[in-house]
Formats: sequence, C-alpha cells, structure tokens
Amino acid sequence: MLALLSRDLRLAVRAGGGFGLSLAFFLILTVLVPFGVGPDPARLQAIAPGILWVGALLASLLSLDRMFQLDWEDGTLDALATAPVPMEGVVAMKAAAHWLTTGLPLTLAAPVLGVLLNLSGPGRGWLALSLLVGTPALSLIGAFGAGLTVGLKRGGLILSLLVLPLYVPTLIFGAEAARRGAEGLAAGPVLLLAGAITLACLAALPYAAAAAIRVNLR
Amino acid sequence: MPDLGKYEATVLSAWAVALVLLAGLVGLSLWRAARVRRALEAQERKGGGNG
Amino acid sequence: MSIWEYANPKKFMETSGRILPWAAALSALTLVPGLVWGFFLTPDADRFGSTVKIIYIHVPSAFVAINAWAMMLVASLIWLIRRHHVSALAARAAAPVGMVMTLIALFTGAIWGEPMWGTWWAWDPRLTSFLILFLFYLGYIALWAAIENPDAAADLTSVLCLVGSVFAFLSRYAVYFWAQGLHQGASLSVDRAQHVADVYAWPLWLSIAGFVLLFLTLVLVRTRTEIRARRLSALVARERME
Repeated sequence: MLALLSRDLRLAVRAGGGFGLSLAFFLILTVLVPFGVGPDPARLQAIAPGILWVGALLASLLSLDRMFQLDWEDGTLDALATAPVPMEGVVAMKAAAHWLTTGLPLTLAAPVLGVLLNLSGPGRGWLALSLLVGTPALSLIGAFGAGLTVGLKRGGLILSLLVLPLYVPTLIFGAEAARRGAEGLAAGPVLLLAGAITLACLAALPYAAAAAIRVNLR
Repeated sequence: MPDLGKYEATVLSAWAVALVLLAGLVGLSLWRAARVRRALEAQERKGGGNG
Repeated sequence: MSIWEYANPKKFMETSGRILPWAAALSALTLVPGLVWGFFLTPDADRFGSTVKIIYIHVPSAFVAINAWAMMLVASLIWLIRRHHVSALAARAAAPVGMVMTLIALFTGAIWGEPMWGTWWAWDPRLTSFLILFLFYLGYIALWAAIENPDAAADLTSVLCLVGSVFAFLSRYAVYFWAQGLHQGASLSVDRAQHVADVYAWPLWLSIAGFVLLFLTLVLVRTRTEIRARRLSALVARERME
C-alpha cells in the first residue's frame, strides 16, 4: 500500500498537473475576490475565512477527476482490483495521495493568502488548523465521487455536481471554526465537529468508493 | 372566489406556481408514459411480440 | 403477497396496471377536495391574513419532498441487497417527483416569505436544508442520466443515495448549528400546544393525503414507463444483434 502511495505521489509530482494547478487556482481566486467585493480591509477581513475555505474546496475539486481516470484508462485499476491489496485500501491510498498533493499544500498556502485578505494573526492560525482538520474529508468525499464517475466519458462536470453538496457539512464546520477563531470566539468545539466528520468519512467512504469502483470495473 | 384582501397577489402567485409545476410534472409523466408505450408496442409488433 | 413477487416486471406490470386507476382516482378524490376546501372554505388567520392558504400546498409538498427521498433510500437498499429490479426503477421514477415537490415547497415558501418575513429568501436552516435536498436530487438524477449500462446505473445511484442520505442528515444538523431560523415550528404534530387550529388542520391533512397519493400514482406511472423503456431498449438491442 505504501508502494502505491509513493507511486501516486511520484506520478503527481512528475506530471505536475494537479499539484501546482490547484495552488495556482487558489491564489488566483484569492486575488480576484477583492476585485469583486472592493478593497475595504474590514470587509475583506470579515469574509476571509469563508472565501479561503470555499477557495480551498474548489481548488481540491479541480484534480479530483484525475484520481482514478488515468489508471482506469490504461488498465492499472483492473490490475489493482486483482492485486492482494483490497480495493478499499487502494481508495484510501488514492485519497491520501490526493490530500498530500492538494489538501496539504492548500493548508500551508492558506495563511499566506490570508494576509492578502487582511486576516488577523490568530485567524490565520485557526484557518490553517481548520483546513488541516477538514481537507482530508474533502479528499475522501472526492474519492467517492471520482469512484462513482470513473467510467463516464465526461465525468468531470457531473463529478462536481455530485461532490459539492456532500462538501456542505465539512465546509460549514471548517469555515465556522476558522471564523470563530478569527473573531476570538471559542473555536475548539466546532473544530472537533469538523474532525468528527473527517473521521467518519475516513471510516465509511473508502467502502462506498470501493463498491462504486467494483461496479464500474464489472 | 374568496376575498384574499391585500395578500391576493401573494396567495394567487404561490398557488399558480405550485399548480403549474404539478401540472407540468403530471403532464410530462403521462406524455413520456404514452410515448414509451407506443414505441414499445411498435417494436413488439415488428419483432413478432413473443419477446 | 410479498414485494419479492414484484421483482418480476411482468407481474408488477399486471398488478400495478390494476391498481393504477384506483390510485389515480383516489388521489384526485383527496387532492381536489383538500385544495378546494383549503382555498375557498377556510377563514383568514389573524397574523397571516389570507396567506395562510399557501399552507395547503407548501406543507404537503415539503412533506412529500422529504419522504420521497426516504422512499428512494429504501428502494435503493432493496435493490442493493436483493437485486430487485423494479425497486431500482421505482427509486429512479420517484426522484423527479421529489425534486419538483422540493421546488414547489421552495417557491411557495419564498412567495409567502416576501410579505411575511419581508424577504424572498433567508439562509434559515429549513430553507437551506431544502435547497441542499434539491441539489441532492439534481445530482442523483444527473447520475442516472449519465450512465449507459442500466445495472451499473442502478448500483451507482443506489450507493449515491445511501451516502447522500447520510450527508443530507449531517447537513441538516450542520445547518441548524450554523444559522438561527425564521421558520415556524411544526404546523402539525401530536403536541397540541403548537398545533394549528382545527379549521386549518382538517383540510391540511386532506391535502397531505392527496399529495401522498398523487406521489404514489406518479411513481407507479413512471415506474411502468421505466420498465417499458428498459424492455424497449432490450428489444432494440436484440434486433441489432440479429
């Protein structure tokens, strides 16, 4: 399984595609927001946690359709299905690779981009923490969506339609924790709720995603 | 017609929207049912119908 | 009688064909009087004026919108566990009905909210949950439409329905946590204290029964259509083979 993880990571870094692309997207989105809502620092500060969370969510959506698509096209997924590793494990590793190449960089970039939106120091810390807790759920949910749509010719569009509503609880708790942190309120309990969602996704979604992939391989 | 008072437009438009949507749903369902049934019957006649 | 007999499409077509006229007549016989009673024969409410009449479409459609999803969940489970083909098609048939009911609830609510709350839309927990429910219906229908292989489509949409149900529930509580609401509490409940007055309750119950029966009728009609469509495509495919 670790071999699988390192293979995916190497492929992601070598191909370059998703890795840099989602970060660049995140940056551009953050730069565009002030053009849309005006440069007033107080207003930017108020919306910064939410904007950065939505931005991170959309950025992690970008590379989802590639998660299984390439392996499906060249038959690697069929080989993996007959490999001794269970499909659930394959899905978990794919999600982990996706998180390491998008979720983690986004988490690290978010505090820096928070400066652009006039986010306070503790606010930047809470934002990074909430993203660290919440983004694994985004990758896992994304793995489920990617598993459902892997056999489709134009799965990308329908993938976002399926996955975005599933992101709602994570977004609510994650962004709420970041907002409360930025405003100096107690953010801990909300963060725990976001963590609970992530853990529940980790426990359940690899099974659902693996079931979907098995259907698609039939 | 009951006297709806100052909220006449509100009540009537809500009912109109709901009834139009309901009628559309029923209409589409029946239209597709009839179309598929005709197509199936035509196909069965063509194929001898012993499917 | 057991539902497993009706996994045979032929058997289902026979029985549903016999039930269908009755179901249609019964839903017309409850829906029309319920709505007429509600619209023409109920008094205006103190606080809401004549807008109280919107309740006779708003509450029943919301009720059906939620329970249609519950029915799809059960039907999906039956398909996944026992490969009950008609069940999978019934879930598919119910989805657009549920979606339209969600839309009706949202639109009538918005039109009612404009004079009452002073706004068409508020990010109130109930309203937001319904909007999310609408998105789930959209995704579910889109996935059915996108997959060509019928059995794979039934499997994948069923899995989506299961996971979606869990997330819809989570979203509901997350949304309650996230915003305080404007929406009133339950209009009908066993708890007398928050019950609407009887003048409004009786036609409301009748309308709810009418909407539920209409839902059942439409699901029957649409399931029969899906079965015919499936048979049609099978026949066409066979003809191409020959």
